[in-house]
Amino acid sequence: MIKFDKVTKIYSPDTAVLQDVSFEIKEGEFISVIGKSGAGKTTLTRLILGLEDPTFGTVYFKDKNVADLDASEIQKIRRKIGCIYQDYKLLPGKTVYENVAYVMEVEGKGNSEINKEVPKVLELIGLKDKVDNFPKQLSGGEQQRLAVARALVNHPDIIIADEPTGNLDPYNTYEVIFLLEKINKAGTTVILLTHDREIINKLGKRVITLVGGRIIRDEAEGRFII
Amino acid sequence: MANLKRIISFGFQDFSRNKGISVAAIFVLVVAIMLVTELVFFQGVMSYLILQVQNKIDITAYFKADTQEQEILAVRDEVLEMSSNIKSVEYVSQEQALAFFNEKHKDNAVLSQALQEVGDNPFLPSLNITTNGDPLKYAEVSNILENSDFGGLIESVDFSQKKDTIEKVYSITTNINIFGIIFEIILTIVAMLVVFNTIRLGIESSKEEIATMRVVGASNQFVRGPFIIQGIIYGVVAFIICFLFSGLFAFFLSSKMSVILPGFSMWAYFLTNWWIFALIQLGFGVAVGVISAVVVVKKYLEV
Repeated sequence: MIKFDKVTKIYSPDTAVLQDVSFEIKEGEFISVIGKSGAGKTTLTRLILGLEDPTFGTVYFKDKNVADLDASEIQKIRRKIGCIYQDYKLLPGKTVYENVAYVMEVEGKGNSEINKEVPKVLELIGLKDKVDNFPKQLSGGEQQRLAVARALVNHPDIIIADEPTGNLDPYNTYEVIFLLEKINKAGTTVILLTHDREIINKLGKRVITLVGGRIIRDEAEGRFII
Repeated sequence: MANLKRIISFGFQDFSRNKGISVAAIFVLVVAIMLVTELVFFQGVMSYLILQVQNKIDITAYFKADTQEQEILAVRDEVLEMSSNIKSVEYVSQEQALAFFNEKHKDNAVLSQALQEVGDNPFLPSLNITTNGDPLKYAEVSNILENSDFGGLIESVDFSQKKDTIEKVYSITTNINIFGIIFEIILTIVAMLVVFNTIRLGIESSKEEIATMRVVGASNQFVRGPFIIQGIIYGVVAFIICFLFSGLFAFFLSSKMSVILPGFSMWAYFLTNWWIFALIQLGFGVAVGVISAVVVVKKYLEV
């Protein structure tokens, strides 16, 4: 589904964030990418989303070179990917309901479908009583659950969760991880980027370890070892 | 179509939810539009003044004392058809010329006495010709009069004596017009920059939001659209405020302006040209609002 082929990303002449990175993610996989801050985890997601182009090498999404796609094709790919971020990246001017509905509106879905799907996802995520609240009126855990709801509502092919538990307490952390596992069991590919040792060790799934922009380990049932 | 409806609805939603930014943008737009409106009023006043000055400039063709009135009236008709630049031709008989002189100098005993000593009516019958104000046209008319078939009836044409004055007045009015246009352009640019900056500050607070919209796959049009709609709303609301304000301004200041400029009614000028005011205010407001939104959002849409 996603393939990195000898990808190198250099920002300024002497800042190589990723160096010669190659790996493949198959459909339905749950893969964790671990590494310290600055190891290049977020750059991986930006390359998949087409927000950056690799300096060398190629990133493929469903056999298509992401760097070769035009704006409308990139937008289509982004709609197939649900993103969850540490800082939530919600739309502050929209309510809980509108934040989730926006993703469907972007895709041009009809109002009847939106009115059916959004309440369903919000109920699943436990936010059905807060539909009219704005993000700033929610707790950190609720905001992250809203971000998960937004990522889920379009039934994406992939969920990319970039440090999704970084701002959460242990209770909310496990709630989010449990949700991601549940989504993965339903067939969605999940890419989890984290530096949370406990989560990785409990998951027992494939782990790619990044150090200084290079992959030093790629194990099917990996543990957090840096 | 569904997308357009959504974009419009998002635009209205953002407009009503970001009250602080909306009020600030409208306020600055109102100031800018009023500035442009003042310049339209200024142009009106200037045009009126120029017209008044130009109407006071004429060419006088003096006929020989023995010329028959019928002949002069025939010349008048010919002169009227001579050039499209001739606005009017007025016949002044010897008697009328004397009456005008007496009326004008009724308090001047020396002149009245001098006139009595002359005995006969010394004034010649004449035609007062008014053109569109361009000195070149005056010269053209003057030449035609002196060299035409009826040139033998004419004693003199006083254009050459007035030539310098006419050229001076014309040059002043032209300069005032040019200065007005330059002033207008500079003020409009300044006003546009101020509005652009205010809208830019408003959109900059949505920088993160725009980034998020892009990540979830929103097309550029879908991201940009609501901001453009907001720009249009700012422009329309500012136009309504300015139009009402201009009307009130013209109505209440009209009498005061008439004292300074007799014959000029600001209110009548506004009523005659209301659609020009509306077009300029609406066009300026909406254009500046929309252009600012497009330019600022474009910056954040570039990957």
